[in-house]
This record gives sequence, structure tokens and C-alpha cells, in this order.
Amino acid sequence: MATKKAKTTEGAISFADKLRTLRYEMKKNKVSYAMVAPYFILFFLFTVLPVLMSIILSFTSFNVLEMPEFVGWKNYIKLFLEDDIFIVSLKNTIIFAAITGPISYMLCLLFAWIINEYKGKVRAFLTLIFYAPSICGNAYVVWNLILTGDRYGYLNGLLLKYEFINEAILWLKTEKFILPVLIIVQLWLSLGTGFLAFIAGLQTIDKSLYEAAAIDGVKNRWQELWFVTLPAMKPQLMFGAVMQITQSFAVADVSIYLAGNPSVNYAGATVVTHLIDYGSTRFEMGYASAIATILFLLMVGTNKLVQRVLRRVGE
Amino acid sequence: MRRREIIDYSDRRWVPWWMRTKQKQLNRSKAGNGLLFLLMFVCGIFMALPLVMIINNTLKPLDELFQYPPKIFVKNPTLENFTDLFVLMNDTWVPFSRYIINTIIITVGGMVGHVIIASLASYPLAKHKFPGRNILFSMVVLSMMFTWQVTQIPQYLIISWLNINNTYLALILPSWAFGMGLYLMKQFMEQLPDSLMESAKIDGAGEFRVFWTIVMPNVKPAWLTLAIFQFQQMWGNTGGTFLRDEELKPLQYALQQIVQGGAARAGAGAAVTFIIAAVPITFFLICQSNIMETMTTSGMKE
Repeated sequence: MATKKAKTTEGAISFADKLRTLRYEMKKNKVSYAMVAPYFILFFLFTVLPVLMSIILSFTSFNVLEMPEFVGWKNYIKLFLEDDIFIVSLKNTIIFAAITGPISYMLCLLFAWIINEYKGKVRAFLTLIFYAPSICGNAYVVWNLILTGDRYGYLNGLLLKYEFINEAILWLKTEKFILPVLIIVQLWLSLGTGFLAFIAGLQTIDKSLYEAAAIDGVKNRWQELWFVTLPAMKPQLMFGAVMQITQSFAVADVSIYLAGNPSVNYAGATVVTHLIDYGSTRFEMGYASAIATILFLLMVGTNKLVQRVLRRVGE
Repeated sequence: MRRREIIDYSDRRWVPWWMRTKQKQLNRSKAGNGLLFLLMFVCGIFMALPLVMIINNTLKPLDELFQYPPKIFVKNPTLENFTDLFVLMNDTWVPFSRYIINTIIITVGGMVGHVIIASLASYPLAKHKFPGRNILFSMVVLSMMFTWQVTQIPQYLIISWLNINNTYLALILPSWAFGMGLYLMKQFMEQLPDSLMESAKIDGAGEFRVFWTIVMPNVKPAWLTLAIFQFQQMWGNTGGTFLRDEELKPLQYALQQIVQGGAARAGAGAAVTFIIAAVPITFFLICQSNIMETMTTSGMKE
């Protein structure tokens, strides 16, 4: 009994102490807070507050015009128990992210690494070419030419000419082709944010590390990549992973443009196309917010997992 | 182990550029170089498709634009799409230069402000140990995972509440608080060796001075990259629901209005697509070439 009591008072003292040291620490770091303040004031106003409001809205029924009405967990229950299309779109999104996420992450890294071998104008030109799909606005329009469903579509034309197929395939209107086609287009689009961050990251690696590694017995570029380059750019790798997760889970524009919304038998439906359907078409913002919250949790979970894996790079 | 000599030809003017690139690298086999070049070439053709198509489309006369089945390459190149566009530009209700000025204000304001504010905040997050920094940082990372489509309405409410609706600030201020920029800058600043800042502080430099004269020059590739992202983001902004007055609308909006004039404007539309892509590409190339320049001249890292 006595020891227990002693422990609690001890705890209380250390808590008061903690508060005091915290205040001291905060005072000591005044300058840090001053530097952080301009960004974070705006960040709270324009990002944190809207996100919190959306999460609160997910527990309401809200049609934008009338005041939101509290409905508890109803939106979430409806999502998982009644909304079959949500389950389909969730499944599509997970398949989509599981394939495009890792592959396009690798592609970003691979191409950034190869481009880093070149110098000067060649390098700038190559960077531009590979970043082109991301900088040209909605560049995926090009794929319409390739995938047109009649025999004038480039892909159909090619396959017919060499007699792989007997009649033109409706690439974007056939259920089993929609998801694979979207995955390929998304991979083509994927050299974006992460790619440029890797290019910049590779530039900041000290050249003398490579010389030292060559003397230490690194024999070829692949060993150099694993033992020197990757560990030296870990912060960029983590950044790239987060960007990749946000992109591959949130895919929607490409699907809506190429396959339509709703797509044939919902084969191209993703969580965000479903959200757009409810948010912008039916104005059920409460329900749309619930979808966003679920997607958010999914991304946070994936991010935790990925960051754990990345910490091991080069070890 | 076979030692390879490090021959740096890069300083000798008489060596052609392709020699310089090859001799400078350690641990590179010819076969590997060839293989990677082949890979780059094949993939490069696919990646360059949108660029090739946009350029060819702007040069196509109307009949070729409507040709079915469509062809990628132009047969009789002409510049009449641009003259069409210029005629339409002179025809707008608000003088066209007004749209251009609006876009410059929004794009430059959004970009410069964001790069400075986000960098300023990421320096202490990366290098100072103060209470709350982990919470602040993880909030930024988490915020990027929330779908923006649903936060738009709350954001609109906040902007109306601040009474900055229908001003440039309605576009510029939220853009300063984008999460990605802070995350990117923090990751790069984390890599700077502490000794770099310490020596400046011993010499009596304050934190702001250290930030501006030591930290920022050393993460130049990072903020140039961030500038590219932010430029692209702001350039693509049409003003949406935030700008109601015609005199405040950006170029992007005006150009889209021109394209929406129907099939007769397909030629001008192709020219618009070209201009919309060409400006960020120019900016991209300027930034990219500067990224390289800095890093060849400084070897500041440990």
C-alpha cells in the first residue's frame, strides 16, 4: 500500500516537473516557433480545419444546402453493409494500389538513377521527356487514340495487322480489360513528384562517397546503388513512398476520363470515383466524407507499413 | 579488386561532351551503359508521346485536326492556329493582358510565398529539437492522405469566413499551406550535416541568418524542385469558385473559355493546349538546368 502511494506522488511530482521543463524548453526554442508559425497558422486554417470538419461531417447527413444532421455511424454502416459498389471500388483500389504503387515507385527510382548518369543538356532533355506525361496537363488523352475501340485505334490496328486478334476489341468497354488498361496508363503517368524528388536527391549525394566505395571494393553500379546511393537518399525515398501512396490510392481522373463514371459494370470504379459520384453528383457530402475517412485510414495504415520496410534499406 | 583510375576530363575543353560523361563515372561497364541506354530509348518514345502529339496538333491545319482516323504526325504544317488564337484573344470582353497579369500574380505569389514559408518552417522541424515538432510534422504528412475533393466545401466556408473570397488571396493563401512542400524541404534539410550550421552559429549568426545563408543554398535542388511543382499547380488553377469577377480570372480560365467555343475553334484550341503546356515546360527546364549547376560547383556535404 505504502509503496503504491509513494509511486503516485512521485508520478505527480515528475508530471509537474515535466510541465516546468516543457515550458522552459518552449521558451528556449522561441526562435524555432517563430520560424514555424507562418506556415502552420495557414496550415491549420486551410488544411487541418477542413479535414477535421470533413471527419465531423462524415457522421452527418449533409446535402450542402441544408444544415448537416447528426446520424452517428450510419454512413459507415451503410458503406460496408449496404453499398455493394463501395466494396467493388474498394477492391479495385486495393488491387490497383498494390500493383501500381510498388512498380511505379521502382520505375521512378530506376529512371531517376539512370538519368543521373547523364550530364548537362542530355540530362535536362531526358528528365523533360520522362516527366512529360505529368507536366502536359491531362496527357492521358493520348491513350484515347491508342485504345479506341474500333479498328482505327492504334492498338487494335496493330493487333489486327499481325493477326493476333480477328476483330477489334473495345478496350475501355470490356470488363476484364478496364482495370489492366487503367493500371498501364497509370504506370505511364507515374513519373511525377517522386521522380523529380529522386532526381534532386541524387544530385545532393556527395561524389566522394562513390570514390571511397570504389576503394572499399564496390565493383559495379548495382552494388554502388544498394550500398551507397540508396542509403544516402533515404529521406527522399520516404518522401517518394508517401507521394506514391497518396497517388495510387486516390486515382480517379484517369478512370473517369477513359472508362467513364460509372464504368461498365463498375470495373473501373475506385474509392475516389465513388466519392466523386456521391459528392459532386448526388451532393451527399456526409456520405462522401465517410468514404474519404475510410480511404484516409487505409492510406495511413499502408504508410506505417511502408515506412517500416524503408527503414531497412541498405542495412 | 581492380583499381580504376579516376580520370576527370570535364575540365578540358577539347574533349567532346559524350567523352566527358563516360570517363567521369566509376564502376561503369560498357555493356551496362548500352543496356540502360536501350531501355531509356524504348521507354522514352512512349513517354514523349504527349509532347509529340501536342506539338504536331498545333501545327495541323483544320482539316488534318478533324481527320479520321487521327494521325499523330502533321503533313502540312502551318502556324494559322496561333493567328486564329490571337484574333480570338483580341475579342475578349476583358482585355487579354489582364488575364496574363492575374496569372502572373497568382502563380508567382503562390510559388514564391510557399517556397519561402514552407522552407522556413521545415528548417526547425529538421534541425531543432523543440517540444511538439513531431506532432506538427506528422500532421503535415497525414494531411496529404485526405482526399481533397471533400475538404473543398469546408475550405470554401473558411475562405468566406475570412472574407478573402473573390480576391487573389483566396487562391494564394491556401496554396502556401500545401503539405507536400514542407515534407519535401524537411527531408532534404535533414541530410545537412549539423557541423555546417554549428560553425556559422559560433561565428555569431542568428537562426534566420543561418537559414538564409547556409541552409537554403545547400538545399537548392530541393527548393527548385518544389518551385516546379508549385508553379505547375498554380499555373493550372482556373480560379474555380473563389474568383467570381471576370477581371480577376487567370489565363487558364480565359483559354478554356476560348476552347469551349465549339468545333470551329479546334485550331485555336490546339494552340491553347500548346501554350498551356509550353509555359510550365520552359519553367521546368530553367529550374532543372539550375539544379545541376549548383551541385557541380559545390561539394558542401560531409
